[in-house]
Amino acid sequence: MDGLIRNPLGSPSSMRKAYGEALVELGRARQDVVVLSADVQSSDFSYMFEAVYPERFINVGIAEPALVDVAVGLASSGKVPIANTFAFLFATRALEMVRTHLCFGGANVKLAGAYGGLSDSFDGPTHQTISDFAIFRSLPNMTIVVPADPLAVRKLLPQVAAWKGPVYFRLCRNEVPEVFTDAYEPKIGEGVTLIDGDDATVIACGVMVARAIEAARSLSRQDIRLRVVEMHTIKPIDSDFIVRCAQETGALVTVEEHSIIGGLGGAVAECLAQQYPAPLERIGVNDTFAESGPYLDLLDKYGMSVEAIVAAAQRAMARKQASSSHATSEVY
Amino acid sequence: MTSPSANPVLANAVYPYGTRHTDAMVADLSRRAGEYRTHVLRMVYGRKSGHIGGAFSCAEILTALYFHHLRVDPARPDWSDRDRLVFSKGHACAMLYTVLAHRGFFPVDELPTFRGLDSRLQGHPEPQKTPGVEVAAGPLGHGVAIAAGMALAARMDGSKRRIYAILGDGELNSGVIWEGMMTAAKFALDNLTVIVDYNGVQQTGTTRHVMPTEPIADKWSAFNWHVIEIHGHNVGQILDALDRADEVHGRPVVIIARTTKGKGVSFMENSPAWHGGIPDSAQFEAALAELNEGTRAWTV
Ligand SMILES: Cc1ncc(C[n+]2csc(CCOP(=O)(O)OP(=O)(O)O)c2C)c(N)n1
Ligand SMILES: [Mg+2]
Repeated sequence: MDGLIRNPLGSPSSMRKAYGEALVELGRARQDVVVLSADVQSSDFSYMFEAVYPERFINVGIAEPALVDVAVGLASSGKVPIANTFAFLFATRALEMVRTHLCFGGANVKLAGAYGGLSDSFDGPTHQTISDFAIFRSLPNMTIVVPADPLAVRKLLPQVAAWKGPVYFRLCRNEVPEVFTDAYEPKIGEGVTLIDGDDATVIACGVMVARAIEAARSLSRQDIRLRVVEMHTIKPIDSDFIVRCAQETGALVTVEEHSIIGGLGGAVAECLAQQYPAPLERIGVNDTFAESGPYLDLLDKYGMSVEAIVAAAQRAMARKQASSSHATSEVY
Repeated sequence: MTSPSANPVLANAVYPYGTRHTDAMVADLSRRAGEYRTHVLRMVYGRKSGHIGGAFSCAEILTALYFHHLRVDPARPDWSDRDRLVFSKGHACAMLYTVLAHRGFFPVDELPTFRGLDSRLQGHPEPQKTPGVEVAAGPLGHGVAIAAGMALAARMDGSKRRIYAILGDGELNSGVIWEGMMTAAKFALDNLTVIVDYNGVQQTGTTRHVMPTEPIADKWSAFNWHVIEIHGHNVGQILDALDRADEVHGRPVVIIARTTKGKGVSFMENSPAWHGGIPDSAQFEAALAELNEGTRAWTV
């Protein structure tokens, strides 16, 4: 499984460009795909699809509720619409349309959320998106998929299009390290072990997968073996897999570019609380709005540095230790 | 500089009135607006991030408001009876920050911190950080309804304070704008003046192409607003329109200000590429030279 990831990680490359190319590829493969944007195709890179398939591209203007509702109409007529705009606008302004028609009504619309997490870093907190997992996760029938690098975008987008029912596909605006080798074959709904280990499990998604790998590689120099798991599907969450990691490693850390409330950390916490309680540390934005600034600086400042992951893993392992010595002392 | 007729939307700037304001005042405000464009250019160039086109198109509008028309007090940004300006097209905030700084709300030398870590001048307006900023903006479409709420509050308070909002023309695509329009008209909010920075360009193309909004004056009229159309880089017309808006009774007022996106730099004018484009060093120098030239014309 080490063969799934690059060592060292590849140099940064543009996720949205990979997305634009993957959309064009999808358009070639499927005639039923229709792509929409809300006057931001130059930002979300669906302009690449527009350039090749203008007759299957619709710009609804700055009107995100209409963006989703027009897609609903297309879906009800047999198209597979892929709607594009900033992630926060799907999760907030167009949310009622998503809930009523995609989740409740069952419209087969795919939402591609551009500029996820803090990746629209200079535009600031109004454009950053740290609550989308929590919001969409609470909607029945929604599926949430988060690719971790450009290759993952290419491998997952066709599955998103083929998935039955609504999907929220969360993307990053920026250049991100290439994580995976060609051997990587993700399947929606299944967690992937990237590095094996039994001292603790780090479960990461999206851009934070690269940082989780760096954390594991740095701890391995101290002979600490972190298991690194990629959870590209936040919903439905792969709970059997999480429970197995808890049983085998006894300590867990979640790492996401999202609020620590309600996202990947929340999903894992819910799963553990009910099925196999174990020490869990959550890495993410600590219930605050961030600010404008360079992307990587923001990730560090708002709690998602490699050092923060390392420290969280050590805390989780210490808690595991404490509870096992506590259990031991009770025996004697 | 390109002549106004190069911009198709300016052909509709029908303004039958002369200016009531002195040439000296018009020249001073126009010169300021030109100078403020150079600050915006430096801020965006320095950070390699920001929105120049829409900031340049509202330079005269913001300058005329803050340096002549608005009753605000930089020493007391939270003075309860101040006039309110809702800057709804938040992406263009580099110009708002520049005007607020020169009006005395915070030091001009803070402008280069724009969009940097720990700055009070965020990528989009954040009222809790920046003195003089009334509401958060960035996500487009909020301006009219929020301003209507402020206008209702002023009326409840029996206050003479007036409420202003600046919108983009692309922003008019957004449905909540039209909800706000109906609300303001329903309550006959004549203490409210909305200014549309009608530059004919939005993010990915011309407004005509992305989402046609004409006949825009007829639409606002049909929604029971009093409509004034002006040339939005002509400070005399802006000042007169603001004065006339104050005198309208029984209806909210919209000033359709026909403007040029990227105004003042020939290669930026009327181009969606300069909605969020960042100049390279040669473009920066060329833009600066043109702006300085344009400003000098007002300095006699
Ligand atoms: C609700 C919403 N949708 C999309 C965007 C992205 N966006 C920022 S500015 C802009 C174009 C605005 O055009 P316009 O209102 O004409 O502004 P101006 O020309 O004055 O810059 C878009 C689509 C946004 N900020 N908010
Ligand atoms: Mg415009």
